[in-house]
Amino acid sequence: MIYFPKYCLVYKHVCTYTSVTDAPIKLFLYSCFLRHPRSRNYTSEFDSCRLEAVPVEFGDYHPLKPITVTESKTKKMGRKGSTSSTSSSSSSSMIDPLSSVLDGTDPLSLFAATADPVTTAANTDTTRKKRDKDDSLVVGSDFEPWSSKRGEILARYTTTEKLSIVSALLNDFGSQKELLNLTQQDYMNRIEDLNQSLKDAWASDQKVKALKIVIQCSKLLSDTTVIQFYPSKFVLITDILDTFGKLVYERILSMCLDNRGSLPDNFTPESVNDTAKETCLNWFFKIASIRELIPRFYVEAAILKCNKFLSKTGISECLPRLTAMIRGIGDPLVAVYARAYLCRVGMEVAPHLKESLNKNFFDFLLTFKQMHGDTVQNQLVVQCVEIPSYLTLYSPAIDWILQCIAYRAPEVLLTEMMERCKKLGNNALLLNSVMSAFRAEFIAARSMDFIGMIKECDESGFPKHLLFRSLGLNLAMADPPECDRLQILNEAWKVITKLKNPQDYINCAEVWVEYTCRHFTKREVNTVLADVIKHMTPDRAFEDAYPQLHSIIQKIITYFHDFSVLFSAEKFLPFLDMFQKESVRVEVCKCIMEAFIKHQQDATKDPVILNALLHVCKTMHDSVNALTLEDEKRMLASLINGFIKMVSFGRDFEQQLSFYVEARSMFCNLEPVLVQLVHSVNQLAMETRKVMKGNHSRKTAAFVRACVAFCFITIPSLTSIFARLNLYLNSGQVALANQCLSQGKIGVCFNCIIILSCQKTEYYYESHKLHYYENILWWLFSDFSFVYVYRRINEAHVVTF
Amino acid sequence: MGTALDIKIKRANKVYLCGEVLSGVVVITSKDAVQHQGVSLTMEGSVNLQLSAKSVGVFEAFYNSVKPIQVINSTIEMVKPGKLPSGKTEIPFEFPLHMKGNKVLYETYHGVFVNIQYTLRCDMRRSLLAKDLTKTCEFIVHSPPQKGKLMPSPVDFTITPETLQNVKERASLPKFFIKGHLNSTNCIITQPLTGELVVENAEAAVKSIELQLVRVETCGCAEGYARDATEIQNIQIADGDVCRSLSIPIYMIFPRLFTCPTLETTNFKVEFEVNIVVLLHDDHLITENFPLKLCRV
Repeated sequence: MIYFPKYCLVYKHVCTYTSVTDAPIKLFLYSCFLRHPRSRNYTSEFDSCRLEAVPVEFGDYHPLKPITVTESKTKKMGRKGSTSSTSSSSSSSMIDPLSSVLDGTDPLSLFAATADPVTTAANTDTTRKKRDKDDSLVVGSDFEPWSSKRGEILARYTTTEKLSIVSALLNDFGSQKELLNLTQQDYMNRIEDLNQSLKDAWASDQKVKALKIVIQCSKLLSDTTVIQFYPSKFVLITDILDTFGKLVYERILSMCLDNRGSLPDNFTPESVNDTAKETCLNWFFKIASIRELIPRFYVEAAILKCNKFLSKTGISECLPRLTAMIRGIGDPLVAVYARAYLCRVGMEVAPHLKESLNKNFFDFLLTFKQMHGDTVQNQLVVQCVEIPSYLTLYSPAIDWILQCIAYRAPEVLLTEMMERCKKLGNNALLLNSVMSAFRAEFIAARSMDFIGMIKECDESGFPKHLLFRSLGLNLAMADPPECDRLQILNEAWKVITKLKNPQDYINCAEVWVEYTCRHFTKREVNTVLADVIKHMTPDRAFEDAYPQLHSIIQKIITYFHDFSVLFSAEKFLPFLDMFQKESVRVEVCKCIMEAFIKHQQDATKDPVILNALLHVCKTMHDSVNALTLEDEKRMLASLINGFIKMVSFGRDFEQQLSFYVEARSMFCNLEPVLVQLVHSVNQLAMETRKVMKGNHSRKTAAFVRACVAFCFITIPSLTSIFARLNLYLNSGQVALANQCLSQGKIGVCFNCIIILSCQKTEYYYESHKLHYYENILWWLFSDFSFVYVYRRINEAHVVTF
Repeated sequence: MGTALDIKIKRANKVYLCGEVLSGVVVITSKDAVQHQGVSLTMEGSVNLQLSAKSVGVFEAFYNSVKPIQVINSTIEMVKPGKLPSGKTEIPFEFPLHMKGNKVLYETYHGVFVNIQYTLRCDMRRSLLAKDLTKTCEFIVHSPPQKGKLMPSPVDFTITPETLQNVKERASLPKFFIKGHLNSTNCIITQPLTGELVVENAEAAVKSIELQLVRVETCGCAEGYARDATEIQNIQIADGDVCRSLSIPIYMIFPRLFTCPTLETTNFKVEFEVNIVVLLHDDHLITENFPLKLCRV
């Protein structure tokens, strides 16, 4: 049953430790409890271990050339709440199959992109330099792609109205059928069906049917009957157009295959064979004969890339023509989305052709007055849509157009664009788009100008709170001139505080909190918090604004690492009280605790911090119930433990112990916390012993006994038998080391160990922890209480020698 | 499956000019060897004229004048009667597109009352037991470029209630003022029709502005003729109430096959026109007509 040779080994080992003095025990305990990780700089360590890097030029081929993960448009990350990244291999000869499949939303690169902002920034810098040398034929990864916009648009522009779809495809060709009373979801499903039938038709070689489907779909874009849904409809239908464009392009490309293999990426029209050219030409002729303007425009734009097969200058001739063609679209909303689509395909296919982008914007400015014309106004009256909400429908399109224009554009151009917008009356809509599309630095430098312009805007037009929000987003990313900072905050907050609608208010406030935290002190932040509380408390408005409130907390703790300052802001705790829904409340508490553990350098006894954090921890602890997942419990416990470890009253041991006692009563439902407390108290006892250099006075002896008592009371409440054994052993050792012999508790302790061990003997033999418990037993046997233990074992009739 | 005939013309776009050599291959695929009585290839070109229903009665007297006109016809024997091996057999051919005298080939044109079509037909005659095999394939003839320089003939136009003809109640018309220009009414068939149009003002909302391409086909001769105008295509250039005083491009590509250089012969004529059609919201329809002259350079 018992494997003796190993026992002997262990025995010898243990004996050397225990027979001489109790010093090794002390050592062992210290090494257990006082272990602090060495602070390390992993980046520099890693660099020092690495081979010296030889730079590889952009064009060079190298099989191990790293895949550069660059954050796409870093400045947008905070603003949209949606992060996106594209991973692009800078080595042109290697395409990462994984990232190409994932279409830019590779979750791993996303982590990589967010995890290490420093190196990322460095990467972007170097790649940018390289890229500048390269010709600007490809859009860089710093351009926020459409894919990251589409989700946001779909989520934002929704409707509860009934929609209709006219389709000639549901039965056979020719006969039209109108489907009425579709809900938004039905409608989206229909469009998805169309997308699928496009692919099917293409796969079964029914090219004409495929074209008909695409025409049908783009025809839907001329329908503005449920205008609030239009931006989302645009997103859905342009997806289909993209599919179509890709299918046609790939089909023609596959016709170019010959015995030399496929064409290189930068092929010339001369290397395209006649059959492929003829097919391509046929597509263009076919599309040129589409009767209606809008489908003709969209379908041609969708296959813009195919011009590459026909002539070198094809795209550069086509873009201005298509741009001019949009002038024929009467509805300004439909027209601006058509422009956005053209800019989008233009950017994909030929980003160097900037003139068309600018022309599109200028044409849009020419038609700007149409929005306030009779035709549009009548339509809005019929559909019962307010002007401010109508104007916001333009934002995604204008934002996109301006983003394309602003991409790596010189400052002069941006200034010119802004001047043009300024000249137009009622230009809040444009102002907003300028702020969302242009570089944050550009906007921030002119903050006071913008505030002035925003103030001049018409009240009945584009919602002002959105304007302030956009400005705030820029200011959160780039700094305005030092001298203007306070004035900006005052001017902005003057307007924000007057917002009546709590949702509008909180959306704005959320953004401006970041600016406040960035540049100002506790005092200003406190004022802002007070204002938020004032606005959100009536009618329990905070209930609808938890995400924004949460984000406010997050922003504050990102900027304020000194928790004594933070908690001394008198409105901080009342602010926390607004989180009344438990799940949200716990999330917020977790955030705070994480920040505390991450940023708090030294142990603290600051009563402000202790009080506040005990309150926070208590909230977390109280959320635990029978349904809480193990993982969640572990998470909460580790946060609370992190806090407990950071509390120190220095030489005031009694205070420390009473803190532990209080903590025990507060966190009794989380076992890992109890375990931590026992360890902490044991440590405290050993600390005392150290201070007294091993000779306890009457007073310290009593204190140590109290500590030991704490442990012996706490341990039985644990359910995990291993934890109990472990703690009994530790506590027993501590008790021994502190000569608490009289207590009889050591006896109790070892007694418990033995009983526990005996109860579970069979189990231990099976478990891999066997040796560990053998260790315990042998330590006991070798101890002075051997006789006592031996007697107990005999009584238990389990182990006989 | 049996035996299959196919004609492959060398040029991918199948376009040939008068005087050129039409070449290609006839492809015969078969699993087994094929016994046949000869394979021949015929090139045919003809003008088919048709009278519209409304003019049939009137022009019965001139019925003869509308029978098909053969432009070109020649046959060659490709393979003498015998046996073709199994698998794929490719037989190359060449036809010179020559006309006797100083006659020219009319350009391929698919219309309603006039059709000019060129085909290649491959026949494989077989014994009584098996059906003869036939495969036809159209090829396209373009007339040779016209000599001399094409003079552009720009046209400016203005459309107001006053310029209209065929108006019943001029007073009830909404006020409008539309102006614009066509860059040329003498058009090169491979180049688009271009121009600009500006709605300076219009009381009623504009619903749509369209370009209607019309073919005018005339059949008959001096004694009597039928002249019919039909739509080839309609291209919308403006949809909805367009922005005032903003120029809208006029742009239309001439469709292949359905257009040809303007053609005038003793028996038939093919001409083209374009209508600019403005539809207002109260269902007023305003049309401005421009005759075009198409040519190939």
